[in-house]
Amino acid sequence: MDSYFLILFTEVYKIIFLLVPVLVSVAMIVWLDRRVWAFVQKRRGPNVVGPFGLFQSLADALKYIFKEIIIPASSNKLVFVLAPVVTMTLALISWAVIPFGEDFVLADINVGILYLFAVSSLGVYGIIMGGWASNSKYPFLGAIRSAAQMVSYEVSIGVIIINVLLCVGSLNLSDIVMAQQNLWFVIPLFPMFVIFFISALAETNRPPFDLPEAEAELVAGYQTEYSGMMYAMFWLGEYANILLMCAMGSVLFLGGWLSPIDIFPFNAIPGPFWLIFKILFLFILFALVKATVPRYRYDQLMKLGWKIFLPFSLFYVVLTSSFLLYFDLLPGK
Amino acid sequence: MIAHSVFFYIFSLIAIVSAVMVTVSKNTVHSVFFLILDFISISCLFIMIGAEFLGMIMLIVYVGAVAVLFLFVVMMLNVAEQKGQWFSSRWDGGTHIPVGLLVSLIIFFELIIVIGGWKYKPDLLNSLSINISTEVTNTRSIGNVLYTDYILLFQISGMILLVAMIGAIVLTYRERVGVKRQSYVKQISRERDEGVDLVEAERNKGVKIDA
Repeated sequence: MDSYFLILFTEVYKIIFLLVPVLVSVAMIVWLDRRVWAFVQKRRGPNVVGPFGLFQSLADALKYIFKEIIIPASSNKLVFVLAPVVTMTLALISWAVIPFGEDFVLADINVGILYLFAVSSLGVYGIIMGGWASNSKYPFLGAIRSAAQMVSYEVSIGVIIINVLLCVGSLNLSDIVMAQQNLWFVIPLFPMFVIFFISALAETNRPPFDLPEAEAELVAGYQTEYSGMMYAMFWLGEYANILLMCAMGSVLFLGGWLSPIDIFPFNAIPGPFWLIFKILFLFILFALVKATVPRYRYDQLMKLGWKIFLPFSLFYVVLTSSFLLYFDLLPGK
Repeated sequence: MIAHSVFFYIFSLIAIVSAVMVTVSKNTVHSVFFLILDFISISCLFIMIGAEFLGMIMLIVYVGAVAVLFLFVVMMLNVAEQKGQWFSSRWDGGTHIPVGLLVSLIIFFELIIVIGGWKYKPDLLNSLSINISTEVTNTRSIGNVLYTDYILLFQISGMILLVAMIGAIVLTYRERVGVKRQSYVKQISRERDEGVDLVEAERNKGVKIDA
């Protein structure tokens, strides 16, 4: 019985050791996002609270905590309260399988990439629940839009993952990183990386695909009726999801914790830092896209997903597998 | 093993309770939410017996895609209103309820047969003692069987799904006339000469535009 408790305590300790940095970096990333956005638009951005405005997110969080939570009278109360909880939980549990280094991962499961894919496909429920339970037109329309959008782009992300898996021969995330020791997958699979990046934007409801919360049409989409800490949880979950998509992109295409070249000044830096650099690089790309690209129209979004990305990535699966088969490079026997 | 069985009972309890709630709850959207909970706990059970691939596929396919579409349909249609119609006296057709009864009878007998399967459990356990290798991941072992021995069945089921998909599209497709569609190629490749026409306008006469 003692061993159970020992395992329980070490696991809880590990989870806290993982979750606290993730939450802190989510707060920091919001600040970074706003700074990059302001930089592109020749503004200053948040620069008052703390050095360089670093504590802005902290101040915002405090503000949200002390605001009143308003639950609409005609809403479905239980589902209304559950929705932000679901969003937040799903955004955080996926971090369990992200490998930060060799043997530096919370749960090194065999089907890691499937787990990530499954959890990110569950993410739509927080939004649908929130939109439906609000019992109001704008949130509902936002939720319906989001459901259609996320299901569509999930398909192309799935096919892109198949491309990577063909080159690795394993569903384990650590194996995926180790398979990139000689060549990062971003080089042979560059078109897939671009499509993954765009699909990740759509999957996380980032601009230019932020139609579920298009403020010009839907006020704030599914979050319209939320206030105080519940709104903040949606917001945190959204940014945790964005970070997770960046982490997924760097594990699948940019070699995870591996250093770009295996010579002295680079390989002296420990693995987790490389992963963090890559996540930050992808996130800054996300922020730049937000700052520069205008919002898509809904039919354009659907057209892009189903008529362009899906056929192209399917074609690339055929291309990758025939290439691997022809040159006898198929992994794993 | 104690922890294992505790988790097993927790998940199966959730699965059974939510399965009951799917049929009992009055709000159809709640039913779908309970269905999702059921799917999730069943995939947890799959993972607990070591079938992690099946569990994840269950999550991705059923929870991630099928249940979303269920929710979509249930939210869009006003099911509660229709249910009232079926059981009210002013509803005149008589086709739905007998068909529903027939289907539920068939499912009931199937359930009885499944429960009867418990009788053969000892035989099943004996046949399970064939070598299960723990070294091969179950993704690989499923692939090894699916793409060799059962490749025909696998392909046929894929074909059936494809036919069903095409059928659904054909049934719902309506060609609409007079819809103006955008073509990006056309828009981008438009030159200035096609769009702008400079005309010397004469005083007091104006310009005549020929359509």
